[in-house]
Amino acid sequence: MNALELRSISKVYGRGAAEVQALRDVSLTVAAGEMVAVMGPSGSGKSSLLTIAGTLEEPTSGAVLIDGKDTLRMSGGAKSRLRRRTIGYVFQDFNLLPGLTAAENVSMPLELDGTSMHKAHLAAIKALEELGLSSQARRFPDQLSGGERQRVAIARAVVGERTLLLADEPSGALDSVNGEAVMQLIHSYCKRGTAAVVVTHDLQLASWADRIVFLRDGRVVDQTAAPAGPETLLEQSS
Amino acid sequence: MSVRHALLALLSEGSKYGLQLREEFEANTGQVWPLNGGQVYTTLQRLERDGLVAALGGAGDLVPGPQKAYRITDAGSAELNRWLLVPPDLSTPPRDDLVMKVLIAVRVPGTDVSEVIQAHRRYLVQLMQEWTRLKDDDNGRDLAFALIVDSEMFRLESVVRWLDAAEVRLRRALADGWNPAQAFPAPAGARLPTRPAMGARR
Repeated sequence: MNALELRSISKVYGRGAAEVQALRDVSLTVAAGEMVAVMGPSGSGKSSLLTIAGTLEEPTSGAVLIDGKDTLRMSGGAKSRLRRRTIGYVFQDFNLLPGLTAAENVSMPLELDGTSMHKAHLAAIKALEELGLSSQARRFPDQLSGGERQRVAIARAVVGERTLLLADEPSGALDSVNGEAVMQLIHSYCKRGTAAVVVTHDLQLASWADRIVFLRDGRVVDQTAAPAGPETLLEQSS
Repeated sequence: MSVRHALLALLSEGSKYGLQLREEFEANTGQVWPLNGGQVYTTLQRLERDGLVAALGGAGDLVPGPQKAYRITDAGSAELNRWLLVPPDLSTPPRDDLVMKVLIAVRVPGTDVSEVIQAHRRYLVQLMQEWTRLKDDDNGRDLAFALIVDSEMFRLESVVRWLDAAEVRLRRALADGWNPAQAFPAPAGARLPTRPAMGARR
């Protein structure tokens, strides 16, 4: 089953002379375990695509299916549960709550979803451990480096049983080494079955994705083919 | 790529056998540039002829081969140091096939230049994905390989960025009423820029 399916999505903002068509008949499917990068010039519709995929916004027409369920037919409550349980969001500016420790930031979505404080804390510690951040669990965001903050944000996005990770320029505020570490991390989660859609303008970081989709003027104009065997390059040079 | 200087560099660490030189060369270039035995031994023969390396044990009559050992001479060390400091000649733009294709696409009637640009962009990005996969598989174990992958990634990225810039420039020109049939008129008295004078090359 596809973790995400966008069917003929269009999105129009404004009316009359102020009308802007952000997306035009965009279809995109992302399988479980697949990492897709979305690239395109500014104004090409990348962020609209991501907010619609994350059910934060509704398309003007088309359908959004997450884990096979049509989100446009869901009640508000069901959609909120989906956002808490199934979808993880990572933003460029981390969006951590400054008054909470790293562990509390990570456990918060689980607690909001009704998990006991103790269980949520254990899950948060485990997620932080996996990202090499167990010693930072009690620190507040302003006591962490940029790279550490983004890793905490990723821990928060994947904690629990999330199947879809949506990231908008997740390495935008980081240097190239930390940026690459973030992409490597998202890639490793995908290998374990999470699907991810990452919007980025950085080509080297987008190269971590299994597939790169090119957007232009609100349309998908092209995408890279399925990955070739990793040995092709070395065979060619020999 | 200078096999000659790479071999001198390996011999600057101490004397080595032909076979060892070949194996270390490949290991030090992340296995990206394989060498055949013939290349190594021919190069060693020339280095010996030029006095930059010497065969050990005075076995000058032996044919170069895997079992023959070499050391670097003082002249060889001096040549190696000189070579390290001389930048390769990058002052002349290479005759780049891709640049030519885009320049020609602009002139050929009925060609969708955006489509041409995207075909090349897709190919380059796929190459970048393949290098990234190799880098991920290696996981930083081989430093030489990581450096070579970085270099390839920056090179490929620079080409894609040129394609991006070319597309924007062409779109803007078309929006300004530029006519492809009169592509690139040379202004009267215009001359190609002269090569930058950035130090003599040897």
